[in-house]
Amino acid sequence: MDIVTIVQILDSTLRLATPLLFACLAGIISERAGIFDIGLEGKLLIAAFFSAAYAHYSGSAWIGLGAGVLASVVFSLFHGIASITFRGNQLISGVAINFLASGMTVVIAQSWFRQGGRTPSLTGDQRFPSLDLPGAEAVQGVPVIGQIYGEILTDHGILVYVGLLCVPLTWYVLYRTRFGLRLRAVGENPAAVDTAGVSVVRMRYAAIVIAGVLCGIGGAYLSTSLAAGFVREMSAGRGFIALAAMIFAKWRPWQGLGAVLLFGMLEAIANRFPNLDLGFITLPSQFMTALPYILTVIILAGFVGKAIPPRAGGEPYVKER
Amino acid sequence: MKLTRKFLGATAVLALTTGAALADPALIYDMGGKFDRSFNEMAFTGATRWAEETGGEFRDIELQSEAQREQAIRRFAESGYNPVVMTGFSMATPLEVVAADYPDTTFVIIDGVVDLPNVRSVIFSEQEGSYLVGLLAGMATETDNVSFVGGMDVPLIRAFACGYAQGAVAANEEVNVIVNYTGTTPAAWNDPVRGSEITAAQISQGSDVVFAAAGGTGVGVLQRAVDDGILSIGVDSNQNYLHPGQVLTSMMKRVDNAVYSAFESGPGMETGLHVMDLAAGGVGWADDEHNAELISDEMRAAVSSAQEAIAAGELAVHDYRSDSSCPISVE
Repeated sequence: MDIVTIVQILDSTLRLATPLLFACLAGIISERAGIFDIGLEGKLLIAAFFSAAYAHYSGSAWIGLGAGVLASVVFSLFHGIASITFRGNQLISGVAINFLASGMTVVIAQSWFRQGGRTPSLTGDQRFPSLDLPGAEAVQGVPVIGQIYGEILTDHGILVYVGLLCVPLTWYVLYRTRFGLRLRAVGENPAAVDTAGVSVVRMRYAAIVIAGVLCGIGGAYLSTSLAAGFVREMSAGRGFIALAAMIFAKWRPWQGLGAVLLFGMLEAIANRFPNLDLGFITLPSQFMTALPYILTVIILAGFVGKAIPPRAGGEPYVKER
Repeated sequence: MKLTRKFLGATAVLALTTGAALADPALIYDMGGKFDRSFNEMAFTGATRWAEETGGEFRDIELQSEAQREQAIRRFAESGYNPVVMTGFSMATPLEVVAADYPDTTFVIIDGVVDLPNVRSVIFSEQEGSYLVGLLAGMATETDNVSFVGGMDVPLIRAFACGYAQGAVAANEEVNVIVNYTGTTPAAWNDPVRGSEITAAQISQGSDVVFAAAGGTGVGVLQRAVDDGILSIGVDSNQNYLHPGQVLTSMMKRVDNAVYSAFESGPGMETGLHVMDLAAGGVGWADDEHNAELISDEMRAAVSSAQEAIAAGELAVHDYRSDSSCPISVE
């Protein structure tokens, strides 16, 4: 494997990991507050559709992004109303969101655009342009740094960098602010938070709205930066891989970044080498595609450390009378 | 006795309610959806053309899940639609079960083979059409690298890849053909993001012409080709118009003609195996105003002589499906 191939794979890794990263961070925030969120996939999808649709109507990818985020937040609120206010089962509500997004996007797209559940192809300003990092050209000749900064890190859609910035931000909010402390406490022991006079319901709603915003950006990235328009079911299971990444990272943001980069790299390798020849064994690309799930199962089974979810996760909070 | 009467009553009611629809044809689209700008859309185009020309009416349904396949065929047969046309190799298994139950209904399956007296199985010689576009790709490439992005990894799509590789190598012996498949599940037909990344990987390996036989995933392939300034080749329907001047050509698979002729012949059509090959106009390449400047006279001459040779039987393009192997390495 030569250096050009490695650079290309890492470049592709960064692009493929970004939607996973947004969804993974969304999952971390939501589940840290005690709300299981398997509706990540649905939120990515609905955001991808509304971003592409409004980017098409307005001619601006930024307005598209706004519409996508809004749609994703609305879906988050559905989840919230069902599982926080009405104390429904969070898993069922999440599944409902996935189904709703899958069907609704196609129906609305068909009635708006009459192109069989897809949006028209986006061109020009309707998509996020690639961003050249300052000085990327200049360092291109320098070994290692030139390759990393000048080729891998530069020339991606702006949302890739937003995603990378969201990691320290999420870490800071979760571990260094009062809000984050309360948020984590709500996921571990909501009764204690309630006793301290903080509204559990309000904290949980805040968490899912943040999760909605993050998923919305991830969805917008799919349809208006990576691809050029919406195609039905275009999220293609990325929300679920993000869930796997979240568990793999044991609900921690930095480790989440590591997990999505690993999973993104596996996908990039599978794309680059249909059959990976390691000398003594040939791995088909299907094996690479399956690896994220296999790794997650191994982690969950407790072979490598132990993944312990937030203790109050999945439990609707009922105030004692 | 009571039960029999109930059944008779039910049948009578059914017969009365379906009287109006009797003998209208019906069409079932595979999972890619009616407007995939590709395979299923061609079927719709053929059906629409029939409806416009004859003033007839037809019913159609888009499948949303694997479980609906058998149900959809049964519903149409039950309501008296005849013939019932369906697209996609995945319909073969359910059709085998259902067709035997409705001996008076004529079924047509496109891209699959069901050996029953009331079924017409239409298959295309995709390898021949792919050979032609491969020939064009082999002549158009400047880097001696061309690539192929397949949708779901199934023998049908491998036949596309194999024909394409044979054509490219026939045009230029030096040419290297890079082949990738998007996946192994039906989701592979609708993942433009993955398609785009695979194309990027192929471009980094030097490919400057990419052929997408991947349904909705192809949209991402063509988009990436445009973004990175290489040529692409569309599939099934004429996709040249999607990016004028940047799509080299499209491998046309005339599903529309198959549907049209099935609708036109009606329930009394000849059943059995129908092979739509190059000679029968079943496959071909798209040559229109959008790609006119990309196709040189030399290319046009080469492709039309290959076309004649294949139609006359002088040139045999190997079909991957015949022995599950390809003379050109496409791994």
